[in-house]
Amino acid sequence: MHPIRKKRLTIVLVLLVGISLAVGLITYALRQNINLFYDPTQIASGEAPLDARIRAGGMVEEGSVIRDPNSLKVEFRITDFNRSVPVEYTGILPDLFAEGQGVVAMGRLTPEGRFVADQVLAKHDENYMPPEVAEALEKSSGGQHKAGGMASPVVTQ
Amino acid sequence: MWQFFHKLGSPKWFYGIATRLMPWLLAAGALLLLSGVVWGLAFAPKDYLQGNSYRIIYIHVPAAFLAQSAYIMMAVAAVVTLVWRMKLADVFVKAVAPVGLWLTFLALFTGAVWGKPTWGTWWVWDARLTSMLILLFLYGGVIALGRAISDEKSAARATAVLVLVGVVNIPIIKYSVEWWNTLHQPATFKLTEKPSMPPEMWVPLLLSVLGLYLIFGWLACIRMQSEILIRESRTRWVRELVMAGRN
Amino acid sequence: MAFESLSAFIAMEGHGPYVWTCYAVFFLCLVALMLQSLRRRRALLDEYRRALAQRDRAARDNARTAATFTRVDVPQD
Repeated sequence: MHPIRKKRLTIVLVLLVGISLAVGLITYALRQNINLFYDPTQIASGEAPLDARIRAGGMVEEGSVIRDPNSLKVEFRITDFNRSVPVEYTGILPDLFAEGQGVVAMGRLTPEGRFVADQVLAKHDENYMPPEVAEALEKSSGGQHKAGGMASPVVTQ
Repeated sequence: MWQFFHKLGSPKWFYGIATRLMPWLLAAGALLLLSGVVWGLAFAPKDYLQGNSYRIIYIHVPAAFLAQSAYIMMAVAAVVTLVWRMKLADVFVKAVAPVGLWLTFLALFTGAVWGKPTWGTWWVWDARLTSMLILLFLYGGVIALGRAISDEKSAARATAVLVLVGVVNIPIIKYSVEWWNTLHQPATFKLTEKPSMPPEMWVPLLLSVLGLYLIFGWLACIRMQSEILIRESRTRWVRELVMAGRN
Repeated sequence: MAFESLSAFIAMEGHGPYVWTCYAVFFLCLVALMLQSLRRRRALLDEYRRALAQRDRAARDNARTAATFTRVDVPQD
């Protein structure tokens, strides 16, 4: 290669490496701000602030949903299969909300460790399948493994 | 190899090749895209969880995929501009940037409309959505910078540097769903694993992605031709082309 | 076919508005971009063709005036 071109190519590569390094360091330093939500382990271990509006994300624990018959109030626990956090919310839940499904809740943490949400979003995973397949899958696993929810290595154990 | 490289740098040669290639790109692209979309809309089974709203995937994924691919191609062209000073590489960047902008907008728009019934919100500031919005601004910046500098050579170099600076955003978009907690789910398609989708769902998606890829090729060709016509308007071959009355 | 009838296809079990909005906007934008790109190339070619024709006409006019001048010069000897 022509020496001038070689020099230009080196400059371009140095530029690329430099920017990647800078952006890498910035995103690493800001990783807690880039994360959309705290998971139940982080909340239970006190990593999440008490005095700010935060998001909590996890899977709705099976059998934990208690709906108030007289209002829109609902209580459930979100889990990452390690720790779980109780959540209370008053309002309309998204269609995809169900036990065994992922959710991201926005709200505040009380000092007792309860999460009071004012918004609940549904989170789904990257698996798509026809309803019949999902049914068959659930049947074959004896109802233990509900298809979908948050993809987590723990789920498949 | 060097001869080919030289030919590739010749606007006249490219113009001729593009004219011959374009009908095929358009026909095959439209056929693939339309069959993928019709298959996905009417014949693919619905999703067990999301129902029919997931059918938006058959345009959302192609738009998002092409928006990122186009940027990577622009980055390669930017390196060629900076190192080899090849004119055609800059023509590519200038012709493709608006296409990339529109594709990014479409990916964001279809994503927002899909998010409402599934997640319960149009928009959330998670890493995937935000980095995609940054891609939209990068495309806008590349277009604006190219127009702001009147000297053709300075404009080419300045935009090439901006394109290269922005390319770090591409791996961030791709891995955002793995590196951070996001509302957006991880990728359904991975190079090393089989897709988390049955074939009756992913085959139409593959068709629409390929179709949009070819349409993108057609768009790149015709827009590069326009850009070449502007830059080479004083040359003899353009005069002959114009007089011949053919495209 | 994943749907029983045309109305079921359009309704998409309540998700119709979302799905059809996306497809409409997608294809409108794509077709608009394609048409705009086509028109731009055609406009450029037309513009150059007109400019060339004008230049040719000007050249021809020039040639004619030049010819009359030469004729004036002829009877001098």
